[in-house]
Amino acid sequence: MSWFSRLVPTTIRIEGHNRRSIPEGLWEKCSSCQSVLYHIELERHLRVCPSCGHHMRILPRERLASFLDKDDIEEIAPDLVPVDVLKFRDSKRYRDRIAAANKTTGEKEAMIVLQGCLKGMPVVACAFHFGFMGGSMGSVVGEKFARAVRRCLDRNCPLVCFSASGGARMQEGLLSLMQMAKTSMGVADMAEARLPFISVLTDPTTGGVSASFAMLGDINIAEPNALIGFAGPRVIEQTVHQKLPEGFQRSEFLLQHGVIDIIVDRREMRDTVATLLYQLSFSAREFLAAPLSEKEDPAMSLEPGNDENQ
Amino acid sequence: MANLTLTNMLKLQTFLDFEQPIAELEAKIEQLSHIGDDTALNISEEIEHLKAKSRELTEKIFSSLNAWQVTQLARHPMRPYTLDYVESIFTEFQELHGDRSFGDDAAIVCGLARLEGRPVMIIGHQKGRDTKSKIQRNFGMPRPEGYRKALRMMKMAERFHLPVLTFIDTPGAFPGIEAEERGQSEAIARNLFEMAHLRTPIICTVIGEGGSGGALAIGVGDRVYMLQYSVYSVISPEGCASILWKSAEKAPDAAEALGIRSERVLELGLADGIIPEPLGGAHRDPAFTCAGLKNTLTEALETLSSISMDELLAQRHARWLEMGLYSEP
Repeated sequence: MSWFSRLVPTTIRIEGHNRRSIPEGLWEKCSSCQSVLYHIELERHLRVCPSCGHHMRILPRERLASFLDKDDIEEIAPDLVPVDVLKFRDSKRYRDRIAAANKTTGEKEAMIVLQGCLKGMPVVACAFHFGFMGGSMGSVVGEKFARAVRRCLDRNCPLVCFSASGGARMQEGLLSLMQMAKTSMGVADMAEARLPFISVLTDPTTGGVSASFAMLGDINIAEPNALIGFAGPRVIEQTVHQKLPEGFQRSEFLLQHGVIDIIVDRREMRDTVATLLYQLSFSAREFLAAPLSEKEDPAMSLEPGNDENQ
Repeated sequence: MANLTLTNMLKLQTFLDFEQPIAELEAKIEQLSHIGDDTALNISEEIEHLKAKSRELTEKIFSSLNAWQVTQLARHPMRPYTLDYVESIFTEFQELHGDRSFGDDAAIVCGLARLEGRPVMIIGHQKGRDTKSKIQRNFGMPRPEGYRKALRMMKMAERFHLPVLTFIDTPGAFPGIEAEERGQSEAIARNLFEMAHLRTPIICTVIGEGGSGGALAIGVGDRVYMLQYSVYSVISPEGCASILWKSAEKAPDAAEALGIRSERVLELGLADGIIPEPLGGAHRDPAFTCAGLKNTLTEALETLSSISMDELLAQRHARWLEMGLYSEP
């Protein structure tokens, strides 16, 4: 976020977002209950339908803006761009697909990483842009995640990642597959440094992203009714030749099967994650006198709850 | 005579489509050699001539294989599988079963054995040869309990300072309902996570199909080797073709575009070496393939054993964390 946009009052900023994501008008229909929703109202609810609670997809910058404190935000590795190593071409060239994704999303890649604070506690947060080539993970996403980890290790702070991805990016071939190992290596580094990693799985998270760092959270959180799984439903249907049961691979199914810790409504995400992170970091703060002591960072003494972000 | 026909048929089946000209020559040689037995005619000269011709033809075909042909070789029904290599390279192999919490997955085999006298932990995908064993092995597609068994063995290997040798040969992790219910994603991810810091040398070899996350889940190590005609891919050529080309029949194009052959993987810096296969592929001369594999494993093990554990982990860490090609203007 530029210094200028930060000066602009919140309400006006929301207006700006509206115009970009929904060019048609001020009203939008909930894809689940068909209610007609007023835009500003929907944005205020972080794109969760106020009538039925359906979670619509949300842009990564909007998500992170609603998650982090407003001040002291710095984007990590904003300039990383993909390289077409294989000169990959199917019906379109990979280069053209990247260019098209740049144009429709206004982003350089499928993941945004911000350093900031969550209710005063320093954190690094990543979020995927599903609209950028299906949120696929290639070398850039892998490297951004690795740098997010490095920043956490340097600042001695937790990592939160919001995933929404179809998996590894085919156009970068085996290099994309290796990003699964790279990002998991990063999570292992976090664990070794005893820094919390919270993985928030949102709709949809499948393939190579779900089969690597996204499943490796100290705490795995899912948004309600998100599609989360290793193989996509179509692939499974083709394999087993039968219709999949209702709710298969949805958050509630994963909770039931012990894969995720909790399902959290997006509107409560900030409060819930802050509470968990404060609890996980308590010992580190109180007894191990980590660099994030109260002296150096008075914000650490804040208890979550006095939330003025929204 | 009935026997002869059967042998011929079996032999013909082991030839792939693009090898048919070779198959025809070989059949002719076979036929002539039997005539030679029956009659007094001296046709050995003719046989020698045909053999030379067959070899020449094979060399020609194999000198310009495309990625799709290599994929077929990697999936060849006669290709040696993990247990074939284990049997001829290692001694005292004892298979160990089960993940201790759900079951035993026959698509992954694990066990203790010795390589040149030195105890090691073996972990590999396993495919079946006949219909019954193919089903039993689930076509080499592991379920979560397979990966969790592998992880249990890795942790045991770490505890007792045994190097881990993995053999990769899978179309991919099994995409089925029960696999999802038992956390296929988590099982794969957990292995990536644990292999990152496992305090023992890990050597991985792709012996056939390196199919996506299901392959990588036993593929994070200090050395990664590939047999010459094995493939390693982020997605199967068929899967890629049906998504990007909207038709699985474009698999040969996808195979080419994905860069899945050992030479390409080596060029990209994602493998440390290629183990040569005999003319015609590993199954034409398994002894040759085994000797090459054994050599590579023994040498790598010797090298890795001379590095201190902290240094080894630092190298592994750097290797995997630096993977990727991007630009930062």
